[in-house]
Amino acid sequence: MAEHVEQSEHISSSGFNWLIWAILIGATFLTAWIATIDLGMFNTIVALFIATCKASIVVLFFMHVKYTSEKMTKAVLIAAVFWLLLLLVLSLADYSTRYAG
Amino acid sequence: MSDRASTGGSPLVVEHEHQDRPELRHHFADVVQQRNAASLGMWWFLGTEIMFFGGMFCGYLVYRRAYFPEFAAGSRSLNLLAGTLNTAVLICSSLTVALAVRASQLGKRKQLVNLLLATIFFGVCFLAVKGFEWRKEYVEHHIPTFYFDAQNMAHDNPNLHIDPQHAKIFFSLYFALTGVHALHMIVGIGIFSVITFMAWRGKFGPEYHTPVEIAGLYWHFVDIVWIYLFPLLYLIDRRGP
Repeated sequence: MAEHVEQSEHISSSGFNWLIWAILIGATFLTAWIATIDLGMFNTIVALFIATCKASIVVLFFMHVKYTSEKMTKAVLIAAVFWLLLLLVLSLADYSTRYAG
Repeated sequence: MSDRASTGGSPLVVEHEHQDRPELRHHFADVVQQRNAASLGMWWFLGTEIMFFGGMFCGYLVYRRAYFPEFAAGSRSLNLLAGTLNTAVLICSSLTVALAVRASQLGKRKQLVNLLLATIFFGVCFLAVKGFEWRKEYVEHHIPTFYFDAQNMAHDNPNLHIDPQHAKIFFSLYFALTGVHALHMIVGIGIFSVITFMAWRGKFGPEYHTPVEIAGLYWHFVDIVWIYLFPLLYLIDRRGP
């Protein structure tokens, strides 16, 4: 067997983890505040956009997807999100065109 | 070892046993491969979890569109401060998990145990606030059972017509989503209790900390589910009628 070449794992610094935490806490209070302002239909869009930003930050930096050497991890993540979008988009497209509310 | 006996102690099997590294299982070539395989297994599991929660989110979005007035009134009856506070508590727990993974990578045992205990503490805080909210909904007769009462949902606007059957669907989805999420939190606290015990016994270090890492992936995922539940349940229509 060839000698084991060990790739060094990514270790995030404490300061970077605290920065991510501060961004997430800030976004939480921002989204709660924006919800009290009347933006019409954009309230939902803004709330879901901020939630998606927060989720992406957690996935990339806290769950280390940005630093992983394993390409399959990204493939699984993209496949799962794609499947979820198929479920949501096709179901909502169906209900919003057939079901006269 | 039965496999060694059956192959008559062939050099190949002996080489794969990694006797110098007890944490490395014989079917992996090296520590990196073992770590990546374990992490990938957790990601597959999280993929199935996305589909599990995705079905409920989809049902929620379809009914939210169909019965918007009741969903908006139901959302306003939830405590915005408690929801925001709980989101912040979960983000703090994700920070302690990320710092715990770092401590295990660096082999800081005492710091690792403290951070894992802090994570469990934040998890229990979340469940306590959630329990306080559920109690309020019980008192207001918002649990969808025989005693369900939707009349107090329209107190901010007497002209608002609330269909109790539609309001019941909002609260059924609310309790199903928050209930299953809380169940995941309880499972997470159980997993972290075991990990804390293992860390206290000194099982983890720079060479081997895969359990901390994949338990952390699960915890972050449960946090992400709440990141979406918070705007969808609490922030539908806070502008008032």
